[in-house]
Amino acid sequence: MPRATSRRSFLRGASFGLAALSSFDGRGAFSAETARLGFANGDRPLVRYPGKRALIEQTVRPPQLETPFSVYDEGVLTPNDAFFVRYHLAGVPLSIDPQAFRLEVRGHVETPLSLSLADLKRDFEPVEIVAVNQCSGNSRGFVEPRVGGGQFGHGAMGNARWRGVALKTLLEKAGPKPGAQSVAFNGLDSPVAPETPDFVKALDLGHAGDGEVMLAYAMNGEDLPWLNGFPLRLVVPGFYGTYWVKHLNDIEVLDSDFSGFWMSSAYRIPDNDCVCVTPGAPKGATRPIKRLNVRSFVTRPAEDAKVAAHVAFEVRGIAFDGGHGVEAVLLSADDGANWTAARLGEDLGRYSFREWRTELSLRPGVHHLRSRAVNRDGQSQPLAPLWNHAGYMRHVVETVRIEAV
Amino acid sequence: MPRFRKTLILMATAASLAPALGAAETLTYALPEETATLRAGPGQETAQNNCAACHSVDYIERQPPKMGRAFWEGVVKKMIASYHAQIDEPDAAAIVDYLAATY
Repeated sequence: MPRATSRRSFLRGASFGLAALSSFDGRGAFSAETARLGFANGDRPLVRYPGKRALIEQTVRPPQLETPFSVYDEGVLTPNDAFFVRYHLAGVPLSIDPQAFRLEVRGHVETPLSLSLADLKRDFEPVEIVAVNQCSGNSRGFVEPRVGGGQFGHGAMGNARWRGVALKTLLEKAGPKPGAQSVAFNGLDSPVAPETPDFVKALDLGHAGDGEVMLAYAMNGEDLPWLNGFPLRLVVPGFYGTYWVKHLNDIEVLDSDFSGFWMSSAYRIPDNDCVCVTPGAPKGATRPIKRLNVRSFVTRPAEDAKVAAHVAFEVRGIAFDGGHGVEAVLLSADDGANWTAARLGEDLGRYSFREWRTELSLRPGVHHLRSRAVNRDGQSQPLAPLWNHAGYMRHVVETVRIEAV
Repeated sequence: MPRFRKTLILMATAASLAPALGAAETLTYALPEETATLRAGPGQETAQNNCAACHSVDYIERQPPKMGRAFWEGVVKKMIASYHAQIDEPDAAAIVDYLAATY
């Protein structure tokens, strides 16, 4: 099978944690590789969905696909065909007529709106922003003690250039009535059982109208991929992906706080500064998850890579936070004893991945690379992991093991 | 314009079959069939009938290993209380037994 062989060698050469275990997945998509996420029960098949390259299969119904970590070394923008996918409810829209599609803006407003895609593209000045979309449970598989939920490696994140309409403009056109407090967002996806709470998220009116929250119809210069919310999704720069409602077709302005399940019961974090509790302790008071914390990753060398001893080589990676912007990235190759500042790459805005790079030369042996980012507000990453029941917001300094030979 | 193909073939290259720009037509997307199955054990059928009504059973397979009875009890409880899965009490108990013993 020459085709499988060539793909396998490509993936082996280009990717982190991919083992060439040949298998036929029985669904018409030949799957020659397994991704090893690096925690117990963390092996996953790589699968090809329409419009997507080989991604890590988390679940099938509804689909959850993780980005192979090597993608983050390809560039600061995550390609559309590699961007992770995460649904909550199995009623995924599989048929959409872009001509008939309408976005409703309704509720506690003076002038309800019903807009086609053409209206959105023609009647509103386009806005663009580069922003990270990261799942609240990104890296959950590494949380110890282990917790339930989607067992992602680090690949439930992506950085894209989003283009669309500022929500502020739409809200101004609709005109919230006095007393308007919050804005709820619903998409075309739906639950299987009618009793299951539909996936609806909400923002305070002030945040919704801040001029940055937007409705994106394009991503990296193309239409949104189907599984990333075609034809329209909410983009909430700096906030976790749970707010970035896909297939967005309904915006409701409310004269109260939104009290739906996905805000009041799900996606809650400990109501304290560290967003942590002692493992096993009661959950205690909670609040809705909101803004990303500071993270950074070494993307090259890859885990378990071998480098030549006493020869300078490049170490590089990405860093990001919830919108203050990355101030510095520090690298340690000696288990955290010494940290040196890396050079930051091009600034694509305070919500974007920020590339960084530096050089190292190591004596023979095993070394552990650690990167630690600091944002412009002085916030950084803990050296020891923090724990909460849902495995949200992991941002500990991560470690990459390499060997100099 | 959308790059989504209108056929049911699973091919990454099918993006080239994109509909003509501006064509008024409904676009469709084909998800792959699911192939995951539950591990064998007493209660497997009860779990299949109830859990798989709303999601593929890889949701179960992918959880951390050997999480124990309290964990699976919590999961089943959440499915009923939060997501309103229509699972009667004897089935819920059988599912907890099965998951705790098998995963």
